[in-house]
Amino acid sequence: MMATQSMTAPRRTPAVPKPPSLLERLGPKARAIAWSVLVIGILLIVLYPLAWMFGSSFKAQSEIVNNFSMFPTEFTPGNYPEGWNHLDVSFGRFFINSTFLALACVVGNALSCLITAYAFARLKFPLRGMWFSIMIGTLLLPHHVLIIPQFILFKTFGWVGEPFPYTPLIVPHLLACDAFFVFLMVQFMRGIPQDLDQAAKIDGCSAFGVFRYVILPLSKPALITTAIFSFIWTWNDFFRQLVYLSQLDNQTVPVALRLFIDSTGQSTIGPMFAMAFVSLLPILMFFVAFQRLLVEGINTSGLKG
Amino acid sequence: MAMTTASVSKRHPSPSAGATAKRRRPQRGPRREGLAGYIFLSPWLLGLMGITAAPMLISLYLSFTDYGVLTGIGEAEWVGLDNYKRMLTEDPAYWHSVIVTIKFALISVPLKLSAALAVAMLLNRDRIGIGLYRGLFYLPSLLGGSVGLAIVWVNIFNREGAFNAVLDIFGLPTRPWINEPGTALWTLIVLAIWQFGSPMVIFLAGLKQIPGELYEAASVDGAGKMRKFFHVTIPMLSPVIFFNLVMEIIKAFEGFTGAFVVSGGTGGPVDSTLMYTLYLYIKAFTDFEMGYASAMAWIFLVTLGIITVLLFNSGKFWVHYSDEGDG
Repeated sequence: MMATQSMTAPRRTPAVPKPPSLLERLGPKARAIAWSVLVIGILLIVLYPLAWMFGSSFKAQSEIVNNFSMFPTEFTPGNYPEGWNHLDVSFGRFFINSTFLALACVVGNALSCLITAYAFARLKFPLRGMWFSIMIGTLLLPHHVLIIPQFILFKTFGWVGEPFPYTPLIVPHLLACDAFFVFLMVQFMRGIPQDLDQAAKIDGCSAFGVFRYVILPLSKPALITTAIFSFIWTWNDFFRQLVYLSQLDNQTVPVALRLFIDSTGQSTIGPMFAMAFVSLLPILMFFVAFQRLLVEGINTSGLKG
Repeated sequence: MAMTTASVSKRHPSPSAGATAKRRRPQRGPRREGLAGYIFLSPWLLGLMGITAAPMLISLYLSFTDYGVLTGIGEAEWVGLDNYKRMLTEDPAYWHSVIVTIKFALISVPLKLSAALAVAMLLNRDRIGIGLYRGLFYLPSLLGGSVGLAIVWVNIFNREGAFNAVLDIFGLPTRPWINEPGTALWTLIVLAIWQFGSPMVIFLAGLKQIPGELYEAASVDGAGKMRKFFHVTIPMLSPVIFFNLVMEIIKAFEGFTGAFVVSGGTGGPVDSTLMYTLYLYIKAFTDFEMGYASAMAWIFLVTLGIITVLLFNSGKFWVHYSDEGDG
């Protein structure tokens, strides 16, 4: 709008010049400082709950609830071992379960979404447009609608509960049900030059060959993004794991953490904070290691919606 | 893998046969590619049919039945529209959950997106360490959906929690935020807004796409900061605003973990945090009324579908797609 107006309006006749605002009267240096103060101020407020959580996990029981300072007056590292062994099963067990589940979902998602995306991005087959629209449609489908019938279905298959209660949590990821990642990879693959496919085909590669020798090696960035987000989302997922994991020694970190709330007298609040913080550690580690990638990863998928 | 190498070696013609192979490809290419396409697509297709489409149909059927989970589906007792009738006319908790969810979405989504846009505009410049700032603002989005963080939230807003301790210093009235029906949902709204980082990152990418000339042209025309914001930034950003709006509304309707932890799985106090998905969970997996819960799920699906269609239609009026934009 503005652009077209400015074309027709006579140029170089700015309206009455406004008096400079307070911010504009400051020099560029002062403005930079003002900006930093503002941004860092907001950041401190936003991140304070995390800092408080970390500090509070070292506080004595009585102090956590009403001390908003992040620094404990009485340093109580004993919350950690106490929380680790608070339930009948050691917290290490939940960690192993969660890690196993998250890794299985990572591998499943990476493989299944990659081959699905390859079909959509590169191969021509009948009804491709229709399937693609359906895939986009499932992107908007709420998981909660499916959970009841899936539970019933998996129960009929004998997958719910013993001997291996993780089947219902892993199988959807083997079948590319996370449309988000399929979409992310399709977007990524569209950026790989078609010439490479053509060259490989001229060299005698079939569709499988192109996948194996061109697309797979070049899709590494998209695979890494998928892997990181799969891990974090599986790690945080509570709804499904709550539904499927009922035996204590099969439970994952979020489901086990819930048991702390159920048993909260004031007496367990310190250990609960300690374990809550431990439960976030893997995500924090991913964040430190892949911070830039995480921010960019969400971008590539998000913007082209 | 075996398949791959086999097909490669088969199609690897001897050097002299290269020309014929090249000539033959156009004829058999499309059909072979079509077959390959379906082979690559097969896991997804199986998933679509087996664990998306079929379950949806099953739940549609179950929504017309009285079904606990202990028997086979065949023994579900057909009750016609009873579940829907009961839900809409006889179950006050159902309507509470609808109102709570709508209230949550209507308040949290605009505030979250405003915060996201404001901070995105603040961060949309080149400074040393800007990447780290962006990352740190994004961090809550990675953590906010977890049980661990929801536990912290409960303790911040408890009767004797940290938030009240802060209020106390300033001499402001304190109250048990989590335990009062009037305020419990607000703690969840604040938790949602706290995670403004993920729409912010998408806004940032959108802001980068706006050509600087537009702002220069606006300046020449004498437009002030406000006019630039409303006449350049907002229209140019509208596709991204639209995308964020759709995603955040869906996310808001699906909120479960926070409500579960804050209320100890009950939706209390007095149903004030009974989000729709939480009530669905309670009906299905605590009360084992799977038929009733299936009916709830279908109403949820249809409602979300209608909202999405309405949003997409409204987009025609306010979403502005520029030619050189990202589309």
